[in-house]
Amino acid sequence: MKPDRLLKWFLYGYLGLVFVFIFSPILFSIIFSFNSDRFPTIPLGGFTLKWYETIWQDPDVWEAARTSLLVSFSVATIATFLGFTTAYTDYRYRFKLKPLYLALILLPPTIPLIIMALAMLAWFAKIGLSGQVFSIIIAHTVLTAPFAMAIIRLRLSQMDESLEAAAWNLGANQWRALRRVIIPFCRPAIISSFCLTAAVSFDEFAIAWFISGLNKTIPVVILEIVTGNIDPQVNAIGSFVFLTSMTLVIIAQVVLMTKNKTEKEKHG
Amino acid sequence: MPVSGKRTQSALVETTPKRLLSHLLTFKNAVRLPIIIWQALFFIAPLMFMVAMSFFIVRNYRMTEAFEMKNWLKMMGRDYFWDSYGLTIGLATLATLVVMTVAFPAAYTLAFKVSENTRRWAVFLLIIPFFTSYLVRIFSWYVILAESGVINAMLGYIGLGPYIMLNTKFGTIVGYMTLTLPLVIILQTLSLANIDRSLVEAAHNLGCRPWRTVFRIVLPLARTGLIIAAVFCFILSFGDFVSPYYLGGSKPPTLPILIVDTVKSGQQWPRAAVVAVVMMVTLFIVAFGGIAAAYRRRVR
Repeated sequence: MKPDRLLKWFLYGYLGLVFVFIFSPILFSIIFSFNSDRFPTIPLGGFTLKWYETIWQDPDVWEAARTSLLVSFSVATIATFLGFTTAYTDYRYRFKLKPLYLALILLPPTIPLIIMALAMLAWFAKIGLSGQVFSIIIAHTVLTAPFAMAIIRLRLSQMDESLEAAAWNLGANQWRALRRVIIPFCRPAIISSFCLTAAVSFDEFAIAWFISGLNKTIPVVILEIVTGNIDPQVNAIGSFVFLTSMTLVIIAQVVLMTKNKTEKEKHG
Repeated sequence: MPVSGKRTQSALVETTPKRLLSHLLTFKNAVRLPIIIWQALFFIAPLMFMVAMSFFIVRNYRMTEAFEMKNWLKMMGRDYFWDSYGLTIGLATLATLVVMTVAFPAAYTLAFKVSENTRRWAVFLLIIPFFTSYLVRIFSWYVILAESGVINAMLGYIGLGPYIMLNTKFGTIVGYMTLTLPLVIILQTLSLANIDRSLVEAAHNLGCRPWRTVFRIVLPLARTGLIIAAVFCFILSFGDFVSPYYLGGSKPPTLPILIVDTVKSGQQWPRAAVVAVVMMVTLFIVAFGGIAAAYRRRVR
């Protein structure tokens, strides 16, 4: 039994190291955002808030934050709507070319962002939409709708199909059944899809950088600072972005988990 | 024939405009069409236009619509293009091998050696990096890996280094790992957790040694999921411009960097489109090859 235990502890140690690798850039970024050295290293310099003060006083950062919030809120709304209609279609209907239909929505994340960015840049220039805030919104929606679809589809697969049929038999038309039965059942998935698509859009930089023109989002500002030189401001902005995204992700997760738990308890 | 008669009749009825409209405006289409229209306009059309653009020409700093092979001939005839192509494929392949190898013991542990609750928490933790800024993480690595950075400072205490890690292939691979490792561990864990435990136990009971069990039972059973994980890893590394640019020094540039430089330095969008189309064709081949290998029947 002894070598087995040894192997187990070795594997646990290995797993720990992998997690250290994955999380150290995030942790160091947060630590360095409070560190006074211009080029942060070990041993750490003194504690400071000056990087936060710098970004707080920077009107460009504020402008970018406003654009980012507007973009991610709009993206989340449209992507969740499109994701819901697609998930519901997939749940309820069978039709010819359905694999093609599903491919149409699920493919975008498999295409490298840089290619999507070039294609969007050229297409928006062609149809006269370049450099607008809503061109970023459109592009990000294409990118995030698949996530919304996947989350809501997963929820629908837990649904008892006879519920909707019962609503029809009791005289509800299809719209009413959708509004009163399907949407309430999907509410936790809709909320978490809203949060997650907002978080993805909030972090996306490649497409936003190519097509944003003068309407920079926060990641585009980060990209421009990083390209210039080493500036710990980035860590401060990064920590702010991290906090925002994490809040969204945690809300999404908590909403999904508590809902599942209460249902499990209900069913015994 | 009654059947064909019926069909003609209904076709006749449906062709009147009003009928046609009410036929189209059904509940089914109301939930089915939005995404079709949206993706046709903003996903398919841009990609098609990009392919067309690779045949356009640039005259007096203005792009003109045309159908000429000029960009293709120019790019295909340049050595630096093929150097970049080879480098990008090489780096993405290396990253895939490294990430798959590094991830496997971790995924194996999560799939077989921890409780289901721990596994769920681990997967949740692994999702977090997706929602943190990749750029900020790469900037963080830049500072950690620098010549006077965290790692060299720590190594300095025990009298080693400093080692040059930035602007090397090592730096690029660290960046690619930052991007792909969490996803690959999740995909590997899911595919390992789904295999039939009784087969593993049977091998064990029949006296199969642990290593042999991993290679002869676990890996073949989890093949589909593992190959899909590798394909995702390749696609993500192949298309990333941030790691080779900021950590790898971008000399020579990879294909994504070539696109960025071409677009940001002027009006040569058609040449960037050529690079993008070559990338897409390459990725299609890799993805289809991978899927074919993943679902191929086992030959004995």
